[in-house]
Amino acid sequence: MGAAMAAPTHLGNLSSLGWLLPEILLGLAVVAIFLLDLVVEEKERLGDVALGVMAIAIVLITRLLWAGDRSLFENSVVVDGFGLYFKLLVGLAAFGAIWMSLGSREVRRTNQGEYWGILLASALGMMFMGSATNLLMAYLSLEFVSLTSYVLAGYKQGSRRAGEASLKYLIYGGVASGAMIYGMSWIYGLAGSLDFHAIHDALAGSPSGASLALFVALLLTLAGLGYKVAAFPFHAWAPDVYEGAPIPISGFLAVGSKAAGFALLIRFFFTALAHDGGAGAYQLVGGVSWDQLMLALSVLTMTFGNLAALNQQSNLKRLLAYSSIAHAGYVLMGLVVLTTDGLRAMLFYLAVYYVMNLGAFLVVMLVANSTGREDLDGFRGLAWRGGAWPAAAMAVFLFSLTGLPPLAGFVGKFYLFAAVVERKMYFLALAGVVNSVLSLFYYAKVVRTMFLEQPTGGEGAVTVDVHNGILLGVLVAATLVLGVAWSPLMDFADRSARFFLG
Amino acid sequence: MPTNPLTWMIFLPLLGAAVILCLPRDNHSLVKWTALAFTIPALLLAIAIYQGFDRTTAQMQYVTKIPWIPSFNIEYFVGIDGLSVTMVLLTALIAPICVLASWEIDKAPKAYFALFLVLIAAMMGVFCALDFFLFFVFWEVMLLPMYFLIGIWGGPRREYAAIKFFLYTMVGSVLMLIAMLALYFHNDPHTFDLLKLAEARSTYSSTFQSLAWLALFVGFAIKIPAFPFHTWLPDAHVEAPTAISVILAGVLLKMGTYGILRVNFPILPEGTLRYAFWLLAALGTWNIVYGALCAMAQKDLKKLIAYSSISHMGYVMFGMASLTAEGIDGAVLQMFNHGTVTAMLFLLVGVIYDRAHHRNIDGFGGLASIMPVYTAWVALAFFAAMGLPGLSAFISEVLVLLGGWRNYPGLTAVAASAVVLTAGYMLWAMQRVYLGKPNEKYLSLPDINRREIATLVPLGIIVIVLGVYPHAILDLIDTSLQHLNGTVLAAGKAAGAVASAASGVAAH
Repeated sequence: MGAAMAAPTHLGNLSSLGWLLPEILLGLAVVAIFLLDLVVEEKERLGDVALGVMAIAIVLITRLLWAGDRSLFENSVVVDGFGLYFKLLVGLAAFGAIWMSLGSREVRRTNQGEYWGILLASALGMMFMGSATNLLMAYLSLEFVSLTSYVLAGYKQGSRRAGEASLKYLIYGGVASGAMIYGMSWIYGLAGSLDFHAIHDALAGSPSGASLALFVALLLTLAGLGYKVAAFPFHAWAPDVYEGAPIPISGFLAVGSKAAGFALLIRFFFTALAHDGGAGAYQLVGGVSWDQLMLALSVLTMTFGNLAALNQQSNLKRLLAYSSIAHAGYVLMGLVVLTTDGLRAMLFYLAVYYVMNLGAFLVVMLVANSTGREDLDGFRGLAWRGGAWPAAAMAVFLFSLTGLPPLAGFVGKFYLFAAVVERKMYFLALAGVVNSVLSLFYYAKVVRTMFLEQPTGGEGAVTVDVHNGILLGVLVAATLVLGVAWSPLMDFADRSARFFLG
Repeated sequence: MPTNPLTWMIFLPLLGAAVILCLPRDNHSLVKWTALAFTIPALLLAIAIYQGFDRTTAQMQYVTKIPWIPSFNIEYFVGIDGLSVTMVLLTALIAPICVLASWEIDKAPKAYFALFLVLIAAMMGVFCALDFFLFFVFWEVMLLPMYFLIGIWGGPRREYAAIKFFLYTMVGSVLMLIAMLALYFHNDPHTFDLLKLAEARSTYSSTFQSLAWLALFVGFAIKIPAFPFHTWLPDAHVEAPTAISVILAGVLLKMGTYGILRVNFPILPEGTLRYAFWLLAALGTWNIVYGALCAMAQKDLKKLIAYSSISHMGYVMFGMASLTAEGIDGAVLQMFNHGTVTAMLFLLVGVIYDRAHHRNIDGFGGLASIMPVYTAWVALAFFAAMGLPGLSAFISEVLVLLGGWRNYPGLTAVAASAVVLTAGYMLWAMQRVYLGKPNEKYLSLPDINRREIATLVPLGIIVIVLGVYPHAILDLIDTSLQHLNGTVLAAGKAAGAVASAASGVAAH
């Protein structure tokens, strides 16, 4: 579609800048916040600045939706529907995380200005992950996100858990990214280029004799990407990090970082290792059936995540961490089918996952704010000790995560299953639905604790302030509305499930 | 304003739930009256539908079709035929009765009645939906209120019962989801329209029919509940509050058999013929006998009735499996009759439980002399459940057995003998609880009050009227059901499967 336009679609360095306004704004804001940190006493004001900047960035991204596709910086990054979808998603995730942070006791207590700057920087990196079309750019953006995440995960001062979380994250991240860049170097050796399209052309043109080498290279690369989306077997960091990090950051990692990881994963595999063979069905190049690899990854990830969550008795954040692993497995189903229908289902799912999962973290934060507890016992009888609304909201989020209608999560899963059944992969669909039933066990356990058990008296009252209440209301409403009137979002996801190939 | 009464019947309770959530927390009676006010109109509409329903056509009536998600061809498509109209009537009738039966709820009545109304809306939606997606959504929406209603307002083991109910149903519904999607993609253009899916019945391959049929069947069988998926039912019944038991046995179980008749029969007739003997007739008979034997062994009055439900739902399966005019009519009539009779039974158990706070069959004795009016009602309900001639269930059971005799004489003999078992456990329970020497502990129990009688009167009238004039319902259902039966048989002939099915029947 780009070729038909009169304006050039492949831009050089200087002319690219105009297409990068949201990112430039974020970059400047990061620097500004670090500088302001030196003079501003009350650090929450910096949070307000970050919130405002993020809102403006979201508006700027939205404006680009109608501007047409471009390839920037000599084919390093693109501005296309797919990238913008994820930029919006990441932007909203960061916005939600900043909003939550402003209402979080944990974060307020530290009173540190650079927190807000690093949060914005992390979002900036995630946006580049969604638009990178070059392995070097992809690696840089992923590392940028990782480094900022390490800092954010360890933000609770004086907390041994936070330190442990940060360190574990760092070590796992180091290994994963090492494996990934090694894999990328193999790909460079095979294709002679770092550019996604050039890799595709090289692989499509070459005999498939080197498929074993490519297979190894992909495995290594997947280590880095799988680590970002928390897919089995690269998931091990998630429970510890989610538990140790401040709750808004856990939420941000769960929805933002995961979405960005998927963006990169999808774009790399669908533009460098496959092409649209017509009618929305993708064909592989290079002689490696990586869809089978994804199939195994998907089933293993969702099964492991759910089984581990079943085993997880006490801490809500750990529970949500395992649940987020399982959800990575569901989303991967959309990759296995190699169709545009699968792609749009993934895009849609990640959006509704943002809404319901951030909501769940928000309720955990509300309870932690009031009682300082994050364990399941802290939720006992929540509905009967003044917390009826947060408890009801939590029930909505958790049942939506289970995939029950009329909630958004059902629609998300429905489209994923539909894409799978459309390709007649009934085994995968069966694995998915069996896992959904498994997940009901542990989600319902939380609901049971909140509603069916009576408070014993020592849990403390839970109150919702206006600031957090607004976000809670918006997320609940979104979960309900997207469960019955999801057409606009689906159409948007459908439009965005295409890549700019130049 | 929507003009279709079905739309009103589905969404009025939802509106009621929203209104109730806005009411002040402390004004309990306002909440209850509001709940009643939002269930009465549906009953009046149901009466109007009963009057206006065209009994001469098998076409869908009161149809509304609005695109919901055009890009995926999902529609808000509702309508009723002779099969669903009985279920709609039953739901509309049971709803206000259950509100009255819940009058004494004092634990968070706002939440209770809001959830209750959502439950009613979902059940009504299931019976009206003609778009498979819509059907599925209503089917699942019913889960959440049920989970909370049992889990919060239930008995001592309510948490276990609630999650068990939830998990069992969910296992079934996810299989249904896959079958539904497979059907959707099998048709071109893709559609969830149950009528269009049925029209395309000849295009489904034999394997496809078998697999889809089984996936759907498991989903529905769990709801019926058919052996071996039945174990959630006694737990759920024992723990559920009275009104919820009434809903559960009166309406919810019928969703299973309704689903088989609505989805499996017209869409997958070849699968139906293939599995009619083993999975409907034989399993149904086993349900009848097994349920009756279990009922006989129970010490808890409510559990006894729960098992009797399993037994009675077996007649429905058996009747539809016969694929004869009498059998299928009898099956749907039995669905309606079981709904009214079991509702009475659970209401009556609720009455005694409210007074004595236990339901142990051996813990009473001689209640007839303490509570004579109550015992008279019990006698009516028990005799109806036994299938005494002159009362409604007799007609439907006889029709089922008549229809079954043609194709499965052996099984019919077994099913018919089970009537003796039914009489056995019913009369034995009756004797232990109501006859004999009065238990001195309960000499001061007050007799049944007016509100409680009010819940029983409409059901009692129906039980007696349908016992002598079953055509009040049979006329309503016959045309549609014969058409449905003909469809299944014709499809079987076309596929040449009838011969093998018949030989299969003969061999057994």
